[in-house]
Amino acid sequence: MSLLLSARDLRKTYGSTVALNGADLDVSAGEIVAVMGPSGSGKSTLMHCLAGIVRPDSGRVLYRDLDVTAASDSERSALRRGEFGFVFQFGQLVPELTCVENVALPLRMEGVKREEAERRAQSWLERLDVADMARKRPGRISGGQGQRVAVARALVTEPRVVFADEPTGALDSLNGEMVMRLFTHCAEEFGTAVVLVTHEPSVAAYSHREVVVRDGSIRTTAGTL
Amino acid sequence: MSLSHTLLALLERAPSHGYDLKQAFDARFGHDRPLHYGQVYSTLARLLKNGLIQIDAVEPGEGPERKRYAITDAGVTDVAEWMARPERPEPYLQSTLYTKVVLALLTGRDATEVLDVQRGAHLALMRELTRRKSTGDLADALICDHAIFHLEADLRWLELTAARLGQLAEAVHP
Ligand SMILES: Nc1ncnc2c1ncn2[C@@H]1O[C@H](COP(=O)(O)OP(=O)(O)O)[C@@H](O)[C@H]1O
Ligand SMILES: [Mg+2]
Repeated sequence: MSLLLSARDLRKTYGSTVALNGADLDVSAGEIVAVMGPSGSGKSTLMHCLAGIVRPDSGRVLYRDLDVTAASDSERSALRRGEFGFVFQFGQLVPELTCVENVALPLRMEGVKREEAERRAQSWLERLDVADMARKRPGRISGGQGQRVAVARALVTEPRVVFADEPTGALDSLNGEMVMRLFTHCAEEFGTAVVLVTHEPSVAAYSHREVVVRDGSIRTTAGTL
Repeated sequence: MSLSHTLLALLERAPSHGYDLKQAFDARFGHDRPLHYGQVYSTLARLLKNGLIQIDAVEPGEGPERKRYAITDAGVTDVAEWMARPERPEPYLQSTLYTKVVLALLTGRDATEVLDVQRGAHLALMRELTRRKSTGDLADALICDHAIFHLEADLRWLELTAARLGQLAEAVHP
């Protein structure tokens, strides 16, 4: 499969905290990569650098032919809107919008008409078994339901790369399985790449390979017996 | 758990008599089951025959306790290979893994590497079970889930141990 994302020697410090200390990672189309490691090791920072949300102090991220680290703010936000989907760890839905409006939002930002956007949003809500929540506001649904709505919002634009930070953290085993099967389906059918931060081994087991972040850099393990 | 590798790794620290080896083993790994002398001497005899240890001093007198054993280069290589090789993921691995991690610390090896290699082996098996789960029927899925959750318990233990390696190193080298 073709290489989509390639990060080299990423370094990022916050004050005196070294969040990334020379991290390298390649992600190909159709590949699910689990990013594991202790909390505070730099997983989220790595993901944010890959996605062009955070600019590393040094090092380079390439997305296909585009140097994400050198791209302008508007190029980066176009990338995030058009090519990437996000499931964040915390506070992801807009509280003033209904669930279906939340899911339709990325399409609306791309200029898709309201009716069409909501129709597509509704079909993703159905796939995640939260269609009944469509007209409710996020404050009126459970954490696990909200998480699934967020997954629907990440997938609605049919992104080339999905960045998911603990996407199953608020889900029970069956719903976690549903989300991971959907990611697997997108990877197999559409060649979607998934960068999946998780501390749950049974969730990481849906990945094609895992990388472990320790103290801001990556240790790769080869699982050979 | 591999007694011969454990004794071998304990010998890697320093040459030792059989009695001292048993004491060292019991102090660290023999919580519920101290070794019998018979096990120690039969294991040492096998290691000697295989060239993994040698006798480096014999004191005058009678009995097996006169001999002091030292690890050979082949023995060090054997320990290194054992350390680098993940254990086959199966239930009740903790005592083997615990032993391996403590011995890695005792012999100045990278204990994190031992844990990382094992995580890789566990995840590889979990992946295979996860794949099988999605292609099989409900009965397959339930059987696979059972195995997956047991492997997951091992992995949680590996993570926790990785997080406590600093503490463990201090306990091992007081
Ligand atoms: N915006 C920030 N400001 C200050 N420190 C941060 C910020 N983001 C992350 N850090 C610090 O960087 C380190 C890595 O954080 P993070 O990437 O969130 O780790 P993880 O996702 O593995 O838990 C931590 O010590 C964290 O406290
Ligand atoms: Mg994080």
